[in-house]
Amino acid sequence: MTGPNTTNATRGRDGDNDPQLAHHFDTPRRQYDSARLGMWIFLVTEILFFGGLFCAYGVFRANNPAIFFDGHLFLDKPLGAFNTVVLILSSLTMALAVRAAQTGRRRSLVACLVATIVCALIFMGVKGVEYKQKWDHRMVPGQDRIAHWVSGEKGPEPRKQFRPDESYVRARLAAEGFENLDQEEYDRRAARLGTFMGVYFSLTALHALHVLAGIAAIFWIFIGSIRGRFGRQYFTPVDLVGLYWHLVDMIWIYLFPLLYLIH
Amino acid sequence: MNHSASSISHDGAPLAHVVPVGVLLGVFAALFVLTAVTVAVSYFDFGAFNLVVALGVATVKAALVALWFMHLRYDGGLHAFLFLTAAAFLGLFLIIAMFDSVEYQPDVQAWQQRAR
Repeated sequence: MTGPNTTNATRGRDGDNDPQLAHHFDTPRRQYDSARLGMWIFLVTEILFFGGLFCAYGVFRANNPAIFFDGHLFLDKPLGAFNTVVLILSSLTMALAVRAAQTGRRRSLVACLVATIVCALIFMGVKGVEYKQKWDHRMVPGQDRIAHWVSGEKGPEPRKQFRPDESYVRARLAAEGFENLDQEEYDRRAARLGTFMGVYFSLTALHALHVLAGIAAIFWIFIGSIRGRFGRQYFTPVDLVGLYWHLVDMIWIYLFPLLYLIH
Repeated sequence: MNHSASSISHDGAPLAHVVPVGVLLGVFAALFVLTAVTVAVSYFDFGAFNLVVALGVATVKAALVALWFMHLRYDGGLHAFLFLTAAAFLGLFLIIAMFDSVEYQPDVQAWQQRAR
């Protein structure tokens, strides 16, 4: 090997007695910077991953805004707002966790990670309540087939069409001032609702999967923090999981107004 | 080795910037207020600007998260460059995907006439 590293090789590296420093890095600083750069590149791919669904949202909304005007009437604004606050609170506790790791405060780190996991579980619980409401009103696209597969019953496959609970949908629309719709107008609106629910479930379920992955990742560093793996000189995993968690928060910051707050 | 610095590497240079607790709490307070704002403005009709206002508030919130919670403000420009490149490409994809939306505008306007 030639270049500036040869001098280091002869005199021994800065952190030769550091078990956390991989052999191909000169200094902990370089290792840390490389790990962060790698994480940012991953976050870029995540943004583009969600980007496909945001494109679908944009095309549907630009070409037929009625889908979203009708559809958002069936989402629970207070629950969505509550979940938004829970998620930004979890971002705060995650940022405080990174700070606690950087400053070597172990008890504070453990407490912040627990708080973050609790917030994430509350978010998933509220999401579950919302999904349950949709299921009860038969507003999950493909619901009959899903129920058929889950039950394992034999017999012909049920219809594919989106058929929400008509009395519920009519009552909800009437409450918003759209009363006594004739059958043709009702069917048109029900079809729009099916498209909206497709977009809603795709975006929020992909986001919820990311929340679940985040919970697993935070739990992993929580175990590490209990074992005293992290300190002032080595906190890279806490930092990287934090970056991931903030991105999940950021995506929800856009999803909330785009799905719940339409007018 | 110097242990007095809050976040240090073996050569004594700081590994990373430590964001003060007050700043983090301030960012959270701003995010909370902006969430209230975005819910509140959803009860007012700004016509064509409804979506602009909603996305504007969301972008300010996303910027707060990126700059302080994700330390973008304290990093070198490389991470911000990567992030903005992704945002730019996402914008490009959206624009290209929505190119033919003009074709649907008569339907959209007819619906708006009926809705108002």
